[in-house]
Amino acid sequence: MLLEIKNLHVEVEDKKILNGLTLTVEKGQVAAIMGPNGSGKSTLAYVLAGKDNYKVTEGDALLDGESILDMAPDVRATKGVFLAFQYPVEVPGVATMTFLRTALNAQRKTRGEAEFSTPDFMKLVRDTAGHLGVSQEMLRRAVNVGFSGGEKKRNEILQMAILQPRLAVLDETDSGLDIDALKIVAEGVNRLRSPERSMIVITHYQRLLEFIVPDVVHVMAKGKVVKSGGKELALELEAKGYAQYADEAA
Amino acid sequence: MNAEVRAIKTPAEQGLADSFAGARGRLPGKGAVAALREDAFKRFDASGLPHRRVEQWKYTDLRALMRESYPLAALPDAAAKLRAKNAGNVLTGVDCRRLVFVDGAFAPELSDLVPEAGLAIGSMADALAKGDPLVAAHVGKTIATDDAALALNTALMGDGAAIRIAAGVTLKRPVHLVFASGSDKPSSAFIRSLIVVEKGAKATVIESHDSGVAQVNTALELAVGDEAQADYFKITQTRALHVSSLLASIGSRAVFNSFAFTSDAHIVRNQSFIRFAGEDSKGAIRGVNLLRGKEHVDNTLLIEHAAGGCDSREQFKSVLDGQSHNVFQGKIVVQPQAQKTNAKMMTRALLLSDEAEADNKPELEIFADDVICGHGATAGALDPGLKFYLMSRGIHEKEAEALLIQAFIDETIEEIAHEGIRDALKFAALRWLGSRS
Repeated sequence: MLLEIKNLHVEVEDKKILNGLTLTVEKGQVAAIMGPNGSGKSTLAYVLAGKDNYKVTEGDALLDGESILDMAPDVRATKGVFLAFQYPVEVPGVATMTFLRTALNAQRKTRGEAEFSTPDFMKLVRDTAGHLGVSQEMLRRAVNVGFSGGEKKRNEILQMAILQPRLAVLDETDSGLDIDALKIVAEGVNRLRSPERSMIVITHYQRLLEFIVPDVVHVMAKGKVVKSGGKELALELEAKGYAQYADEAA
Repeated sequence: MNAEVRAIKTPAEQGLADSFAGARGRLPGKGAVAALREDAFKRFDASGLPHRRVEQWKYTDLRALMRESYPLAALPDAAAKLRAKNAGNVLTGVDCRRLVFVDGAFAPELSDLVPEAGLAIGSMADALAKGDPLVAAHVGKTIATDDAALALNTALMGDGAAIRIAAGVTLKRPVHLVFASGSDKPSSAFIRSLIVVEKGAKATVIESHDSGVAQVNTALELAVGDEAQADYFKITQTRALHVSSLLASIGSRAVFNSFAFTSDAHIVRNQSFIRFAGEDSKGAIRGVNLLRGKEHVDNTLLIEHAAGGCDSREQFKSVLDGQSHNVFQGKIVVQPQAQKTNAKMMTRALLLSDEAEADNKPELEIFADDVICGHGATAGALDPGLKFYLMSRGIHEKEAEALLIQAFIDETIEEIAHEGIRDALKFAALRWLGSRS
């Protein structure tokens, strides 16, 4: 397995959000995580990426058997963890191209790989951006500044395609997208599916999973996984709602 | 209260008085110049070094910061000139006319004196000694102020540049005034320069200061004629106790842009007195300060709109690390006759350390009723959300910070029209960022 989360307890500002979450994601697997608001889905995403102010009080998260919880966010990224943000932030004054190149070369350098030359890098970005409908003009602009909601999400997938992570966590990548934008993003994600890459797709809605078909679906409630199943579980949730799991987690 | 005769001088004030007493006979200039010096010294002597109870010096208490006064620098010898040779290399790669001053004294043999039509270059000491009419017409007359640090400069002014750009002439290359220290002993220099940009002329002037342990009090009087344009840069990277006064008077339909870049400093006070004396002129007064350790940088502006229809923009940004201290005081005065003034001032400080201190004091004094004026000030840390976003992509913490700091600084540096100078300052900022450990 690639990712193994064992009995993870997490507090944010003294409030318990994750309560003994256990989850494994196999190599090459696409795992959907569904659940109601406040069930801890985004917290899980942030804890995996290494955001500050998330206090792990118990449990562990292992990537290829190695605990990642004490690693700085950049170290995790270099080891292959990638978070596609629910709300990608705007970074004024930092051109998207500069950002992409700095990130890619920082990761490569840390891994002891050769840095990309400018022409090679330009070609890589052009080819990848083309698939996602990310224009040259967007690449020249500051990261996410003045981007529409859809453009921001496409930019996240572009980063993922450039950085080629081993574990991608997609946090409500469908939120705020209309159906056309959703299709573009989903196609971008599907293109990145590979036996070497695992994905955790976090969503409220079954709709995204019509386009990114998961291998497995986990349901979260009150800070833990309460049910796991195949892709049909998503349809069941869509029909019956989350109310049935409210008691199980208590 | 300050007007009372002070019985007790600090050691530094006593040292300055001794310097003046010892040098007054041999400082350049007789007659009116000597009288100007005597009068200025009397004013300095009455007030002493500016201190925290003097409003404009509240955050830069020179009396406390200046424990002793260093002896006046001797004329530079060959060894001193050799040491000064590489000064001002921040602009390497920009095609400039370099005029080099060592410990304040003009060094013609290190300077580029290739003749250019409409450009007259001289040494201030020579001009004062000879009673040069241009100098007589301007020195001490550009802006009226009772500032004690400037009075001290006037009393002890030694050398500097005296430059005139004739009416209608556009200079082919920027003029780079390179102020270097050559002395290997602590010394003081009182530098006075004059630049007259006559009607319709255009000039770019850069003043750079880099020196070792020294005390430097420098002043530049800049007269920008009607329809003229002056782009003025001051790059200060010096371990000296450095006090600088810019006195600029702007004519009608003229353009004045200034940019002050300060990094790797010790104690720097840049005070700018800028007067929009003629109608319908435009000015942009900007600056970037990069501080760390216990560095202290103070930019104090007094912008006077004395004529109508002028636009001025003031924008200063500072990055503070360590226990450094940045001061920005900006006062815009709009006189009753200066209707249709449009002035906007903004200052922002980025604090990288809990121990750094930024004092921002913007002020408006408006006596006209048909004006647009505004000011703003911010001080804050790097946005942790932005930092996390960059780091989550594999960018190391220091590099993520550097990218965000660079973006903060570049917003102001990008405003520089001259590509070479813009790139040189961007590079200087990058170098500063790169040396953050």
